[in-house]
Amino acid sequence: MSEEPAVPPEGDRLPAEPDHSAGSQMANTMTREPSWRPRRRVVAERVLGVGSGVAALVPLAGLVAAVAVLLVEALPAIRYNGWHFITGSGFNPGNLYGKPVHTGGVLHFAGASYGAFPLIIGTIESAAIAVVVACPIAIGAAVLIVEKLPGRIANVVGFCLEVLAGIPSVVFGLWGVLTFGPWLSHNIYPALAHLPNFPPFSIFRGNTGYGQGLLSAGLVLAVMIIPIVAATTRDLLRQVPAATKEGAEALGMTDAEVFQTVQLRWVRTGVIGAIVLGLGRALGETIAVALVSGSILQTSSNIYGNMTTIAATIVSQLDAANTDTTGLEVKTLAEAALVLFLITVLVNIGARLLVRRSARGAALPVGAGF
Amino acid sequence: MSTAAARPERPSLGEGSRHISPRRRLADKAWWGVCAVALLLVIVPVFWVLEGVVQHAVGGWSWSIFTTTSTGVGGGLANAIVGTFVLLVGVAILAGLAGIGCGIYLAEIARQSWYTTLLRSASEVLAGIPSIVLGYVGYVALVVGLHWKFSLLAGLIVLSVLVVPYVAKSTELALNQVPLGYREGGEALGMPRTLVLRRVVLRSAVPGIATGLIIALAISVGETAPLLYTAGWSNSYPSSHLIHAPIGYLTYASYTFFEDPSASVRALSYDASLLLVVLVLGLILVARLVVRLTQKYAPDRGEGGGRRERRAAKAHAAK
Repeated sequence: MSEEPAVPPEGDRLPAEPDHSAGSQMANTMTREPSWRPRRRVVAERVLGVGSGVAALVPLAGLVAAVAVLLVEALPAIRYNGWHFITGSGFNPGNLYGKPVHTGGVLHFAGASYGAFPLIIGTIESAAIAVVVACPIAIGAAVLIVEKLPGRIANVVGFCLEVLAGIPSVVFGLWGVLTFGPWLSHNIYPALAHLPNFPPFSIFRGNTGYGQGLLSAGLVLAVMIIPIVAATTRDLLRQVPAATKEGAEALGMTDAEVFQTVQLRWVRTGVIGAIVLGLGRALGETIAVALVSGSILQTSSNIYGNMTTIAATIVSQLDAANTDTTGLEVKTLAEAALVLFLITVLVNIGARLLVRRSARGAALPVGAGF
Repeated sequence: MSTAAARPERPSLGEGSRHISPRRRLADKAWWGVCAVALLLVIVPVFWVLEGVVQHAVGGWSWSIFTTTSTGVGGGLANAIVGTFVLLVGVAILAGLAGIGCGIYLAEIARQSWYTTLLRSASEVLAGIPSIVLGYVGYVALVVGLHWKFSLLAGLIVLSVLVVPYVAKSTELALNQVPLGYREGGEALGMPRTLVLRRVVLRSAVPGIATGLIIALAISVGETAPLLYTAGWSNSYPSSHLIHAPIGYLTYASYTFFEDPSASVRALSYDASLLLVVLVLGLILVARLVVRLTQKYAPDRGEGGGRRERRAAKAHAAK
């Protein structure tokens, strides 16, 4: 640090001109490494380089560590449960008062059997409902925001989207279980259940329940992913060149036709990417679903029935899982987490491939609104 | 194609009316009708959720929640409020350092190669992992594996890993948006690279970085799943112990207390929800304010740099 005492001491200022003659100063500044360059700057540069290099490893290290921990923890459960975990159902730790036995090197209670089929189906079903409901709403709203709303109102609506994206999932869960779910089961579900009984509508037949279940969870998830899709679609629509739209208008197209022929094609890839991002969020959402789903470890009997998802099961079962002193149930939850991880990674890789060309860096679910 | 002059009797759609068949006009109207309904369906839930939160909280509201800690059967939320802020500060430090460092490395220091692609992809995959999976990993690895028990540090690490990708991404984007001319200007003045980075580039990227960090904080405030099994819950104020001591936070109160048979405990759940919403709203507003206040220094305004730089540059030129 102090090996060059002749240097100006100020570390934070612009380099002061050394008191040399004009000639020597020129010679100094022309060289690539000016002689007045203080050693502490070299040190600072190195510290910055190394420090940021280490920081850059944090996401990668976190990912690798998470996957490693999951794999190691889940391995005995994978060995014990086999394919039954994917195809079977029921979480049964076996006879907790019996003597633990070994099967294939895995310690467990007699009769332990774990199957996550209902959880996997519940995860996919609720996320699918969310995406199917959220997409038209989000895209339609984005079109109106861009095409019709004056800037000031569009700004207010943008703020609403940010708020919607920012509301904690536990608040959505409480809203779903205390307000939205009961309202749906009183006002909407009975009407849905009386729709004519042929294919598209026949899924709505059946006992409408009390507002906690598959459809309620899907609809709460839809509300949660609407801001992701809407904000991204809005930003993409704003990038459609005016000349292209004007060309279509000059051909005599109505606004709706212009949207279908020009704008929709222009933004399609990006919007699909945003939808898949939203899908990823819906698949992994935990607390809201745990509150609204009714939490039973079974496939829902109809679209209103109680169900659960992988994420909701992990959060609601981990406490109980610790009563299994062989640790197999905790390890089985690791296997469930691994399955959820694989599903979301596949979905995200899909999103990446889809948006690669139209990516504008809008990978922030919340930030897309800013 | 008929013109406005030829068929003046037809109602116009926009300026310069054209002949549009009633069917198409109807389809257009229907399209906008559908869009309007869609917008309504986006706006209504916002106010419905907010109304629900406020309505539930107002019923059992008492200001003493700010001053008393929770007991098993009631009390206040002071411990959870303090705990939430402790977590926020911790995340701001940990995720801020790691995320901003990561963004600087990717945008300014590293040469683009397979390595930076790997880092970016890892960050993106990490951002897509459900928070409960990270919470579970934290529980298995830190709480059980390292015998930390439910503790502040376990919760902090999991939360920070969860939000680091957002901070890194917004830092990198903000740095990439700083025009090349700024860097060249700095270099031309003979400033070393670190100085250019610190005084010129980072300064004009501050709004973007700050926004990213605030978003990360907003996410941390609202997370429940990763904290339940890492930070645990405590009825008393956070202690100075990083490990072996659980810590309270607001989302736990919201999630756990709402089904309690006792009305006063349920009220705590609703109050915690209201505080959460207010906190998140505050953070969003601060983010907007940062963007607005710093907009005059935004790179695309052409004239960049702070006043001090300009004064310094002027003095430099006058010599």
